[in-house]
Amino acid sequence: MSSRVPLTYGKKVIELFRSPKNLGKIDNADAEALAGSLACGDMIAIYLKIDETNGKIVDAKFESYGCAANIAAASILTEMIKGKSLQDAWKVSWKEVSDELGGLPSVKYHCGVLAVGALRRAIRDYYADKPKPDWLPQELTREEKQALEEEKLMEILSRRAQKSSAN
Amino acid sequence: MAYSDISRSISELIESHGIPKREVYLDNENSGQIIPEALKAMEDAYRWSGRGHPSITHLMGWISYQALYEATLRITSAINCSPEEIIYTHSGTEANNLAITGSALSSPNKRKILVSSIEHLSVVFPAERLEKQGFKVIKIPVNKDGFVNLDFISKHVDRETLIVSVAVVNHEIGTIQDVEAVRDTVRDKNKDVLIHTDACDALGKIPLDMKKLDVDLASFSSHKIYGPKGVGALYVKEGVRLEPIIHGQLSTQKLWPGVENVPGIIGFSKAVEYMHNNFKENVLRMIKLRDRLINGILERVDHAMLNGPFGEKRAPDNVNISFLYCEGEALTVELSLNGIYVSSGSACTSRVLEPSHVLLAIGRRHEEAHGSLLMKVTPFHVLEDIEYVLDVLPDAVKRLRSISPVKPLKQVR
Ligand SMILES: Cc1ncc(COP(=O)(O)O)c(C=O)c1O
Repeated sequence: MSSRVPLTYGKKVIELFRSPKNLGKIDNADAEALAGSLACGDMIAIYLKIDETNGKIVDAKFESYGCAANIAAASILTEMIKGKSLQDAWKVSWKEVSDELGGLPSVKYHCGVLAVGALRRAIRDYYADKPKPDWLPQELTREEKQALEEEKLMEILSRRAQKSSAN
Repeated sequence: MAYSDISRSISELIESHGIPKREVYLDNENSGQIIPEALKAMEDAYRWSGRGHPSITHLMGWISYQALYEATLRITSAINCSPEEIIYTHSGTEANNLAITGSALSSPNKRKILVSSIEHLSVVFPAERLEKQGFKVIKIPVNKDGFVNLDFISKHVDRETLIVSVAVVNHEIGTIQDVEAVRDTVRDKNKDVLIHTDACDALGKIPLDMKKLDVDLASFSSHKIYGPKGVGALYVKEGVRLEPIIHGQLSTQKLWPGVENVPGIIGFSKAVEYMHNNFKENVLRMIKLRDRLINGILERVDHAMLNGPFGEKRAPDNVNISFLYCEGEALTVELSLNGIYVSSGSACTSRVLEPSHVLLAIGRRHEEAHGSLLMKVTPFHVLEDIEYVLDVLPDAVKRLRSISPVKPLKQVR
């Protein structure tokens, strides 16, 4: 079932997989979003509590369905953004998430992308019924697009598989 | 990542993982332990009888030839064929490649290939490569338990057809196929079509008699029956013509040049002999362990479903279960931390976007395939091993489900 390219994780991934930080939901979250899908085998939910007076993230939590790297990426991202302004949180890249985990193997980059995609969706969610700040791009960013593409692709693949498979 | 970085990070990873107090190895699909008798015989061969090149004319060459011949007799007496019908390769993968590609090269005018939709990738990929070169490749559909559709085969076999490949035992879901029925269906339509069966996962686990099975080609892999890794064989029925697909200095066999791995083949033959001589006890033992594991899991974990058939038509070692709302790769890591080693059909473990093609072919949805675990018991496990898994697994699934957002949240788009 597998190829010889070793699937390695840094020890940070195993640590966070064993004891994830900021796991769970936030009741009455000020913003929340989900990226990925069951069909992708990869799904991250991000919940944010935001101080309205200064736009700072006072609490961040996650839930994840996915591999060990996926869980670790979501967990570390919530650590990285706590206390940051939404504007600074928006700037966190998947590469920074990967670096913070000690470097994800290339086949796991998408875990970092998905985590960042979920966060940016949550930030957009926060501004859904508020005036949008200048720094918030109208266009979807690469991470958001990639999450969306993965979701769409899996939808197509999974529909096709259902059609052609056993009766 | 550079190779040196990878190896550094693996060392760190192993260190932070730690060695669990208790260990149960169930990843025998991918590889596993070696039977002590086989290891001992290999050690002797490396020291003495397998030192020479078996086709060179001096004493050590002759001794090596003799050792190779004796090993071959051990294998052929277990599967009932003649020594001339065995070609050694260095893996089951190579045996499958030789069967598919070697037959295509030998009859370039026949351009149609049928393979079941649940074959091992070492059958699927050579067929797909030939497809790119203009061959017509047809995937035989299977039902929800993995049994091939004989009517479909009958409908698609014609004068153009080169080869039909259906494994005796499916490596992922354990389906024991009625290969004799496949053979008869094919030959009814065209008696010249080659019948290949990948028997890598069948040897030692179900009765295999090549005279009775009467196929043209059959593949074997040593490490699938607790022999050494890196040894395989292709049974080529007398009279069947293949072209070599690799080229080099000939040894005792034309179809796979290069020196035979004599010590490895000796180890393989000892494993075959062991499994053959203890066949009944081994199988009964595996079935008992298998059923305890399957039933125990299905009793203790909800939203769990068995993949592949129940009962007699299932390979005695195979346990494959999907856990909904639980991703398989994470589950393999969680179990590993508890000393239980298994594999998954999740896309994450295979480094491609799509999960196991076998599970999709039997109609599992993507999320069901992502949550699958593949475990294979051996005659060397004891009931306590299984009980340990049954103690640990439900909590592992529970923990991962508690992390998952799946049920409660609406999708924000
Ligand atoms: C059914 C089947 N065919 C082929 C192979 C490949 O054998 P090897 O690992 O020796 O290349 C395997 C191994 O897992 C297998 O299970």
